[in-house]
Amino acid sequence: MHVHVKRAGALIAGTLLSAPALADWTMNMSPGVTETSNQVFDLHMTILWICVVIGVVVFGVMFWSIFAHRKSKGHQPAHFHENTVVEILWTIIPFAILVIMAIPATATLVDMYDTTEAEVDIKVTGYQWRWRYEYLENPGTEGDPEFGFFSNLSTSRDEIYNRMDKNENYLLDVDNPMVVPVGKKVRLLLTANDVIHSWWVPEFAIKKDAIPGFINEVWFKVDEPGIYRGQCTELCGKDHGFMPVVVEAVPEEEYTQWAANLREAAEKERELTQKDWTLEELVERGEGVYATSCAACHGDDGSGGGPFPSLRGTPVVTEDIDAHMDIVVNGVSGTAMQAFGSQLSEADLAAVITYERNAWGNNTGEMVTPKEVFDYKNQ
Amino acid sequence: MSAVADTHAQDHHHGPAKGITRWLLTTNHKDIGSMYLIFSFAMFLLGGSMAMVIRAELFQPGLQIVEPEFFNQMTTMHGLTMVFGAVMPAFVGLANWMLPLMVGAPDMALPRMNNWSFWLLPAAFLMLVSTLFMQGGAPNFGWTFYAPLSTTYGPPSTTFFIFAIHIMGVSSIMGAINVIATILNMRAPGMTLMKMPLFVWTWLITAFLLIAVMPVLAGVVTMMLMDINFGTSFFDAAGGGDPVLFQHVFWFFGHPEVYIMILPAFGVVSHIIPAFARKKLFGYASMVYAVGAIALLSFLVWAHHMFTVGIPIFGQLFFMYATMLIAVPTGVKVFNWVATMFRGSMTFEAPMLFSVAFVILFTIGGFSGLMLAIAPADFQYHDTYFVVAHFHYVLVPGAIFGIFAAAYYWLPKWTGTMYDETLAKTHFWLSFIGMNLAFFPMHFLGLAGMPRRIPDYALQFADFNMISSIGAFMFGVTQLLFLFIVVKCARGHGEKAAAKPWEGAEGLEWTVPSPAPYHTFATPPEVK
Repeated sequence: MHVHVKRAGALIAGTLLSAPALADWTMNMSPGVTETSNQVFDLHMTILWICVVIGVVVFGVMFWSIFAHRKSKGHQPAHFHENTVVEILWTIIPFAILVIMAIPATATLVDMYDTTEAEVDIKVTGYQWRWRYEYLENPGTEGDPEFGFFSNLSTSRDEIYNRMDKNENYLLDVDNPMVVPVGKKVRLLLTANDVIHSWWVPEFAIKKDAIPGFINEVWFKVDEPGIYRGQCTELCGKDHGFMPVVVEAVPEEEYTQWAANLREAAEKERELTQKDWTLEELVERGEGVYATSCAACHGDDGSGGGPFPSLRGTPVVTEDIDAHMDIVVNGVSGTAMQAFGSQLSEADLAAVITYERNAWGNNTGEMVTPKEVFDYKNQ
Repeated sequence: MSAVADTHAQDHHHGPAKGITRWLLTTNHKDIGSMYLIFSFAMFLLGGSMAMVIRAELFQPGLQIVEPEFFNQMTTMHGLTMVFGAVMPAFVGLANWMLPLMVGAPDMALPRMNNWSFWLLPAAFLMLVSTLFMQGGAPNFGWTFYAPLSTTYGPPSTTFFIFAIHIMGVSSIMGAINVIATILNMRAPGMTLMKMPLFVWTWLITAFLLIAVMPVLAGVVTMMLMDINFGTSFFDAAGGGDPVLFQHVFWFFGHPEVYIMILPAFGVVSHIIPAFARKKLFGYASMVYAVGAIALLSFLVWAHHMFTVGIPIFGQLFFMYATMLIAVPTGVKVFNWVATMFRGSMTFEAPMLFSVAFVILFTIGGFSGLMLAIAPADFQYHDTYFVVAHFHYVLVPGAIFGIFAAAYYWLPKWTGTMYDETLAKTHFWLSFIGMNLAFFPMHFLGLAGMPRRIPDYALQFADFNMISSIGAFMFGVTQLLFLFIVVKCARGHGEKAAAKPWEGAEGLEWTVPSPAPYHTFATPPEVK
């Protein structure tokens, strides 16, 4: 017996101690940081309490009955088997409770559907397997160019494959979060590039599907500055669990400055198309582009695997350069190879094609300039 | 009511055939019922093994055991196997064994079609399971197979998956036709509709649901087939179609489908609780009307699976109200079961243990369902582990415990031997504890923000995932005990069973000997 206690203790200790120190026992959703999320939390708690009370009453009667109405206690069975009054009561009362519940639920839903008078508009596109955020011209302001960026998981593969310790925001960190101003109504226009994805931030109580070929609308207004993390919530393929949503809500002045910086950077990026690039510069830039946009399917070392072709010494990267550019810019219809022409800047496209043709021993010495890509896209 | 002396003497030369031919060619409802039950248990173990792979990977954060691509195949195949291979065939098996006995008929109305209905299933599942070994792997898009993930982005095996679904659908439709024809035409004289046992009622209604919605499933997978292989654009916006159309058609099937998976269990529990409380079922008429109401309402709620796709507000409100409404007849049933127990004289053999657990735990699943019905709150629950918790509570302690309860209740009739009560109680308690450890924490995980169908998760979800996996392993291993109990009983290692081994049981099935003779009710009994 003593041995068993020791063994049980060791098993439990081992189980608990090996769990990462940052795990916790959260049992409920958070009220969140918007007025909507607080309303949703209230609805949730109300329906939960209604269910708990009904459960306690019903199960209470059952447990009492199990205890007292047993044959082994000598209890004789009663003979009743219907009672119309009681049946009517326990039909009408639950119905009434539901009506009472439906009223605040309707009010909250109506409110959540009102996307008018937004102050910031962001187009959100779900890709396999990352998000793209494009800031549209602010309503009421003239002539502001759009800017946008991709938001990729920034957790390293080493952490995922247990070669490195996992950091605090494991699987919930991105390279470029969505930045929004606190206290302003933000409207999202959601769509997708390939399959259905879904955009969710629990602390905003906002979840909406991103459907290819269609545009969905949703809005939120954040009351408190902070970083809010969510995930894709519609199965979208192999890396469905690896495309988090991160929103940084900042004071209005900070947001305005950030947006101005990004607008300027977008302008500079467009100018990069004109600059003269060396092979080394393109390869260096291309390595970064490859890691974020291509490695998920074609592998960190270009070897591919499964349905994804290898890029190591294969004809596509060593032979006709125009064919290579066509595949990268226009994708391959009917496969998972996306058309990156609309996703990456000319500089990035030129860089990644050049990188692929020179990395991993491919060494063609060939390069493609952003200007060539621009011309190719516009021919 | 007296059992009519069995006319065995007339047809002693028609005893069961010998060898494998018996099973391939049988038209006997008892044989076919047994085959369905054995097949479904094998599928339950297969689907359960896939769940073990899932829970092993989710035991800790990080990817340790499988790659995400394979994980997605496991979640998909686990769902398909359990829904179409375990739960549905098990209930059809119970229907086959028990409906003719309960209505005093010699067999099902269409015995040869009955045979084909069964044998289609092993063929379909052979095809479905073989997709695991095909190039590109098995279906990996969830058992709900939304387009365009399942069409444009699906693996080559998707076409075989579609074919398997078609075959299963044919099997279900033919089985449902058989059930309705039997119940409406072959009841013993004196058995009016409102004198039928509840299991017969629930199966009658389930059969109508099957006939209504299996063709819709066939329609949606055929549209998929067209999109994949014949250049159509039902679900492709670029060609003028709409991915959301898929969801509407699928869930128009899918919602009645989940009632198909639970109504027979309601019937089973409505037999067992009165038997072990030694008290008639409370409110027979309301119980019948409630099942009818649930079945009718089930056609009006499908889009509550789609609250986040962007349906206009009036649609959202309609589906929210209709879904909340289903709680009313379901609640009536729960209250009536409790009222049956109340002031009864209860004993707690295995069938009763599973039935009481059913009432409690299915109700908990019903509560989470009511929470999910509140559309604005559903935005927080949808596609998270809260939903996984909900449907596992209604399916595992709901459908599965209902099946276990039925098996223990009727095993003496099927085999002529009492099962080992101590082992059965052990099976119950280990299943009860394992199941709750596995699925209750999933409510918390969903509320804390963990999405569904992910092979790896953020660190704050680790503790509950570990507990859930331990519970799942416990539940899984325990089912091997059930296998042992059934085999032991079938081989006759136990007390001989009387015609009516349960003191409070009622029904025509208890008027024939145990084991039930190969042919029963060649002459129909009189029902008062």
